[in-house]
Formats: sequence, C-alpha cells, structure tokens
Amino acid sequence: MAAAPVASKPAVPASAAAPAKPAIPPKPAGPTPQPWDNEFIHRLKKVYGSGIREASTYLGQNYVVVDFSIVDEILSAYRDDEGFDYLVDLTAVHYPKREKAEFDVVYVLYSFAKNTRVRVKTQIADGATLPTAVDIWPTADWLEREVFDMFGIRFEGHPDMKRILLPDGWVGHPLRKEYSILQQDKEWVQINLGIPPSGIESGQ
Amino acid sequence: MKELLENDRDFYGQEWNEVEKPSTYLDSNELILNMGPQHPSTHGVLRVILKLDGEKVLGTECVIGYLHRGVEKIGEHRTYTQFAPYVDRMDYVAAISNGLGYCQAVETLINVEAPPRAQYIRTILTELQRIASHQVWLGTHALDIGAMTPLFYTFRDREEILKVFEKYCGARLTTHAFRIGGCQWELYEGFEKDVKKLCDFIEPKFAEYEELLTTNRIWVERTKGVGILNGDDCKALGVTGPLLRAAGVKWDLRKAQPYAAYSKMDFEIPTGENGDTYDRYMVRIKELYQSLKIIRQAVDNIPDGPIMAKVPKVLKPPVGEIYHSIEAPKGELGYFIVSDGSLQPYRMRIRPPSFVNLQALDKMVRGLLVADVVAVIGTLDIVLGEVDR
Amino acid sequence: MLNQLTGYLSNQTETPGAAGNYVWALIYILIVFAGVSFFVMLMNWVERKALAHFQIRLGPMRVGPHGLLQPIADAVKLLTKEDIIPDGADKAIFWMAPVWVVLTGFTTLIVVPFGPTQAVTDMNIGILFMLGVSSLGVLGIIMAGWASNSHYPLMGSLRSSAQMVSYEVAMGLAIVSAIMMTSFTSGWDGAGTLSMVKIVEAQRIQGTWFVFKFFPLGFIAFAIFAVAMIAETNRAPFDLPEAESELVAGFHTEYSGLRWSLFMLAEYAGMFAVSSIAATLWLGGWLRPFPNWLAGSRWDLTFSLVPGILVILVGVAAFYNAVRMPKHPALRPQTIGLWALGVAIVMIGAMMLAPAVRVRIVDASWFVMKVGFFMYLYIWYRATFPRYRFDQLMKVGWKVLLPLALGVLVVTGVIGLAPELKDWLLKGAR
Repeated sequence: MAAAPVASKPAVPASAAAPAKPAIPPKPAGPTPQPWDNEFIHRLKKVYGSGIREASTYLGQNYVVVDFSIVDEILSAYRDDEGFDYLVDLTAVHYPKREKAEFDVVYVLYSFAKNTRVRVKTQIADGATLPTAVDIWPTADWLEREVFDMFGIRFEGHPDMKRILLPDGWVGHPLRKEYSILQQDKEWVQINLGIPPSGIESGQ
Repeated sequence: MKELLENDRDFYGQEWNEVEKPSTYLDSNELILNMGPQHPSTHGVLRVILKLDGEKVLGTECVIGYLHRGVEKIGEHRTYTQFAPYVDRMDYVAAISNGLGYCQAVETLINVEAPPRAQYIRTILTELQRIASHQVWLGTHALDIGAMTPLFYTFRDREEILKVFEKYCGARLTTHAFRIGGCQWELYEGFEKDVKKLCDFIEPKFAEYEELLTTNRIWVERTKGVGILNGDDCKALGVTGPLLRAAGVKWDLRKAQPYAAYSKMDFEIPTGENGDTYDRYMVRIKELYQSLKIIRQAVDNIPDGPIMAKVPKVLKPPVGEIYHSIEAPKGELGYFIVSDGSLQPYRMRIRPPSFVNLQALDKMVRGLLVADVVAVIGTLDIVLGEVDR
Repeated sequence: MLNQLTGYLSNQTETPGAAGNYVWALIYILIVFAGVSFFVMLMNWVERKALAHFQIRLGPMRVGPHGLLQPIADAVKLLTKEDIIPDGADKAIFWMAPVWVVLTGFTTLIVVPFGPTQAVTDMNIGILFMLGVSSLGVLGIIMAGWASNSHYPLMGSLRSSAQMVSYEVAMGLAIVSAIMMTSFTSGWDGAGTLSMVKIVEAQRIQGTWFVFKFFPLGFIAFAIFAVAMIAETNRAPFDLPEAESELVAGFHTEYSGLRWSLFMLAEYAGMFAVSSIAATLWLGGWLRPFPNWLAGSRWDLTFSLVPGILVILVGVAAFYNAVRMPKHPALRPQTIGLWALGVAIVMIGAMMLAPAVRVRIVDASWFVMKVGFFMYLYIWYRATFPRYRFDQLMKVGWKVLLPLALGVLVVTGVIGLAPELKDWLLKGAR
C-alpha cells in the first residue's frame, strides 16, 4: 500500500499579501430635497401650521406635503389664490412598509399665468378616503377613477366612483405592491373569457 | 323598440337599459345606442354609450380599458433602459414623442443632459413624427366625415417620413429611437439631404389636403360650430394640445417650458378662435407647416459632437421623484417617476393626453346629433393605446 | 305572332310597345335587362378603378387583366355566401325588400328612350311613370330597415326614405320646368308632353338641348336635378344612410350574399334611370351635340362616326396596356386576355363604323355616352366630397333646392308665355 503522496504543490505562503487595491473614492453626494419657501407657503404655514408637513424642492421641482385632512382646502387655495387652474395629474404611490400612511396621493398642478408647476402630496392609510377634487377641477373625474381602480383609494363626493380601466367586476387593485405582476382575477377571467384557471391549453 | 332592446344583453350579462346608469338621468323616452368597441370610426377599442332623444345626444358614457396592458405595473418590474420600448406602444401613432418624453424624464431624474447634437436629432425626429401623427389624424378624421380620399393622400405621404425613420433606426412605427442620455444611432450618411428632400416633397402635399377640405362647403358645414370647447372649459377639464390652442389659448410646452432644441428654433403657435372642430382642423394643419419650419431650421444647423451623454451602464437614480412633460402631438404627455434608488422605478406613472382629453367628450357632444359624435371623437385625436395604457 | 316578329326592324316607326308589337317588346325588355345588368357590372369595375385612381392607388389588378373580371368574382362570391337572416327578423318582409327595390328599379327602365323608336314602349306619361315607380322603391328601403330588427338598419332606412322623399319634390319641380320647355315647340300649339320620346323630339325641333335653353334657366333646372338625383339614389355626398363610419351600412346592414347584391343592383339601376332622365330631359337624349349650330349632313356623318371611333380608342388603350404588362409567366393568361379583349373591342368599333350598323346604333350610343358622363360624375363626387349630416341634407333639399326650383319654374312659365303675355298686355293697353 503506497502512501498517498502529499500534494506537491508548493503551499501558498500565507504571508504573501495581495497588492493593496486603491481606495474607491466616495460617491459624490446626489441631489437632496432642499427646503422651499415662498410667500404662499409662508401664508399656508401660518394658517395650517403643522398641517403643512414639508415644502421642498428636488431637482428644480417644487412640492408640498400636506396632511390629508386639509388637502382639499389646500387645493382650493392653490386654485383660487394662486391661480393654479390646471390639474395636470392625480396619482398615487403605494408604500406598503409605511405604517398608517401607505399611500402617497400626488396632485400635480400647473398655473398658466405663472408657467410653473407644483406638486401637492398627501399621505393616507389603507382604507381611508379623500375628498374628491372634482369640484375644484373637473379633470379629476377620470383621474380619480383610475386611482381607485388601480389602488383602491376612494374619493368622497365623486359623482361616479367606479372602475375605469379594468372590468367592473374585477377583484383586486393591481398597482398595489402586493398584487403580483402575474396575478389576475382568475374568476372573472373564467366567467367572462372562458379561460380556466389552469390557463389556455394549446389547440384551443 | 322596447322589444328590440329587451333581447339584447351586453357583454357582462347586464341588460341594456340598466347599463351604466349615471346618477343624473334616465328617461323612458331615451334611446340608448352603443357604439363600439368594434366600430369603424372609434379609432380603436372605445365603447361610447350614447343616450339619444331621437337623433340628439343627451349624454355619453365612455367605456375604456379594452386595451389596458398594465404598462405602469410593468414599469415597476423593468429597469429604466428595459422600459423604453414599452413606452412606444402607448401612443403607437407617435412613438418617437413618447420615447422623447420618457428619456427626458429619466434624464431629469438622474440629472443628466443630452448633448446638443442629440438634442437636434431628437428635435428633427420628433417634428417629423408630429407631421406623421397629424397626417394619420387628418386621414382618419376626414374618412369619418365621409371624405375618403384625404386618407390615401396622407398615408401615402406619411410613407416618406416612415422611410426616413426606417433608415435611421430600423423601425417605422414603434421606433425606440432615443436612449437615456442621448441617441444611440448616429445620423446615417445622407440624412440631411433626405430630410430636406422630404420637406420639399411634402410641403405642396399639405396644400393638396387643404384644397380638398378647407374651403369645401360640406366640410365647413360639418365642422364649424361642432363640438365647441372654449378656453376656460379646456383648462378646467385639463385638455391640452391642439384642442386648447383652437380654443384661443396660446400655450405650447415647446415654448412655455422648452426642451430639446426648441429654445433655439423660431416657430409660431397657431391658435383658433371658437374652439370648434373646424378650428382644431386649421390649428393642426398650421402645425404641420410650423413643424416643417422647425425641421428646416434644425437640419441646417445640427452641431457636431457626441450623441450620448455619460450615463452609467447600470442606472440607479437617487431616491426621489420627478414629473416631466413634453408637448406630444396629442397634448401634454407627462411622466411621473418615483425612484427608490434601485435598478427599477418604484412608480412609473404616465399622464396620457388622450385619456384626459377624452373626458371632454361628454361636454362636447351634448346637444349634437349622432353624426357629429363621430366627428368629435375624430377631432379629439385619441389613440386608445395611450388612453388605456 | 310571326308577323309581329318579321319585318319590324325594316320599317320601324314607333317603339314596339306603342305599336302593339308584343314580341319585339319582349325582346327589347330582354335587351334592356341584359344590357343594364352588364352595365351594372361594368360600373362596378369602373367605380372601383376610378375611385382607386383618385386615391393614388390602382384598384383591382389581379382578377383578370386590370381587374376586368373582378365583378364576376364578386358576383360568384356573393352568390355562394351563406344566407344569414337575423333572429328576430320578419322573414317575409326581409325577403321581399330587395326584390321590391329591384323590381321598381328595373320597371322604370321600360320607358327610357335609347333612340326615337328604341325603347320598350313610349307611354304618353313616360316621365311621370318613371318618377312614380322610383318613388315606390322607397317602400323597399323602409321594409329592409324594419325587417332587420336592429337599431342601425332602422335608423338608416328611416333617414333614407325621408331623404328620398324630400329630394323628389325638388326633382319633380325641375322636371316640370323641363316639360314646360317642350311646350315652346313651334308647331305643337303650346302643348307640352310627358312622353320621353317626344321630349327629345321637342329638343330636336327646337334645335337646342334644354340645358342651353333660355340660358342660364335651363342650366339651373339641370343643376337642381343633377343634385337632387344624387340624393335620390343615396350616393355621396348624400349617402348618410349608408355611411360606413356611422351606421355600419345603414338599411342593408343585415343583408348578405345574394340579397345584398340585389340592393347593389337596384342602386346602380336607379342611378342609370335618373341619369337617363337627366340625359333625356336636358342633354337631348339620343341627339348628337350641336344639332342646330353644326347642322347639315356632313356634320351628321362626322358625329355619327364618334361612337365607333371612341370604341376603337378604348381598344387601342387595351392594346397599350397589354404591351405594358410585365413579362412574367404568371401573367401570361392576363396578357393574352387583354390582347384578345383589345382585338374584340377594335373589331366591335370597326363594326360600329360600318354604315349599316352605324345608322342603327348612333342614337343609342350617344344616349349611353351621356348616361356614362353622369356615372363618372357620381364616382367623382364620391371620391371628393365629405358626407352631409342628415339635418344639413334636409336643409339643402327643402330650403335651397325647393325655392330655387320653384323660382325656375315660375320664370320659365313667364318667359314661355311671353308672346301671349305681350299680346294680352298690349290688348289691354289699346
């Protein structure tokens, strides 16, 4: 029985150190939101105090974060006092990890006279409702319906709060983070399109 | 008539006279007429439920969502670069505009600006796309009103524009022409000559379209006074684009908040007076000529230089959100992007001009006749891919 | 019966119907029916090609050389289609409607004069008969819309019938002013006539086509009729009832296959009928151009050669296109067909130039050429104009054409009575 020869590879000296890598320079700090103040914000802060949570500028775009209980008054103030007569967009963002304030509802406003845009944001909890903006700008009609359709946020006082893009009987709100991208309302699909939950078999 | 209605059931098993009852009215003298979703002139899968009193329209209800593909949801699961081709498929008639808006929005987010040469290329291609989009609009709108010949003329001339696109980026319709940070493709050999020849070729064709329609008595009678939407209504409803300009509001994002190379271009903003269908027609025709003017200026002055800014290969924008919009041929096309610092956007919201403009349909057709509804849908210039995303 | 058959052609002095010659009347009926059916197929081809050429495209090119066999392919397709009857449709009326429109459409053609003795019959109320029977055709359209049991056809048929009825009034008044002009024929003692043949005779005796009579009076009446006849036949720009983009296909939405082709047949036959009214009443029917200005037998000879020469030119055009056909083996049958067609047409044209034939067909050829001119106008309008909205259409019919037609009528009457009026006025003044 021969003794297994020891590996003839020379052992790597433990003391051999790899040449030191040059230190990676720290990344330059990216842009951060800067506080933004103007006369109107000042006035609002005086009236609502802590209701105006934040007023900042990021990359040249101004935004204001307000409390959800006063958002309709803020929007009316923007339209009536500051002349923001055009609601550009109304949408929502879902942050499931944020307790008690899962949804960010964003209103983008524009003033023709001043040629400026401002974003008014508010944060609400899952299941809470917001007052509708339809009486302030009729544009909000379908935009709010889409927010309801995609996120499930209801707007009180809306003339016709129902789904817009998805079929009426659909269960689920797709743009929420827990709704997987492959998910669909299988029951609705089966009843209405005749596709069984197992999917379309080839040859059909 | 009641028997006729009772036997029809709509797709979801609802009875016709129970379908979508808005809270304001339902009277037994009304006839409910359903247009679409498959209909020769709803420009896509749009369902319009008309409540008629004889031939007069009392109100409409639009049912959309037949082309909903979940683009915003997809946006959360693709990287910024991967999402760019999806954007073309929304307003598929004017894909280059969509791409421009998206690339500029992401460039705003990562605080990078495309180099001047890329800006000029983008401007030229976007204006060519505007002409092509308006040609599609003109052909289909004229066809709805009954003039079948302009359709063939406009589509024939649009072919020349699509040839230029094909030579530039390989695709005619869903072009994906721009990249985040600039353009990927350098201008091909002979691009300037092609574009100049194209401009010379196409300008007399605009005069042909006008000859067929602008002073045609039947066209004028069909479109003057139809679907009036004045300036205040437009602003309140959020309607932008040629509809707003036809109502007399001289507002164009290319002049109000210039982007790409528009600040260096000299062009006018055509406006109308009454906000009716004829004014919208004239505004878009004049926009065709203005686009030619921009293209001619731009193509003579393309600066040299790189076509792509320094953008990291792995694109991870810092945490934050922006909203950026451009003047697409149909109105204000906006992108609201929320980034959480990762490779994929946290929220990709697209503000489609056609979606918001389509809301105005109800207001525009009250009191008109059924034949006018078709004209008004045509003049709104909607593309269902954009409405439904 | 054999006496009726032989010898008729050699000494024709009247139309067979008027002469009581039933055999030849029947033969003429068959000729008219076959001719108009062939004409309808030809019109189908011409419409598609002309419309396509207006729209910078070629139209049918594959089925037969330059698409000449396309109408046959269409006919075969329509005949072999499934006969679909909607569920709640009233079957008897659904079946009856296309039959009715074809019946009335073709019945109007029995008084159409292709020549002085070349009509099936010559009623002394010819024009009234044509108007009356074509009005009956509206009933068929209403039946079609009602029996289909669906919104779109119903709305389409109601609109269509309202449109036809309103434009018939203007049409009728324009026709009456043309009839009035026949009474100005010297030698007729102020008697007008409703007979189609005699109307053309009146134009021949007066030496002028009525479209040029009392210029611009006759022309205005002609223009009114030319517009009203387009509305009568539901063609662009008055084709809202058939508008594709609005009501899918109007009153014939639910018809498919053979039934639909009957509607199409009736539409073209109706176009032929009203065009022949226009040609007869204003464009001098079978008379050659310039009967008065370029009178004389030499001019007669020259003008009688025109139809034959035109047919030969068509044959030459066929040769030209045959030469330009691409030299591809797959196109050989088409090329051969086109050459053969060209040869056939040239031979027919040469035959038409032969004196014996020429004399007989010159009248019919001029008539058909005038009707063809109107057909081309129909296609041209369809390519160019947008559609009138229904209320605008009715406004044009009632508020524009009707007052104009009334005005023309009154002025024609006054002018016609001018000599008597002058006498009467002077008598009073004496």
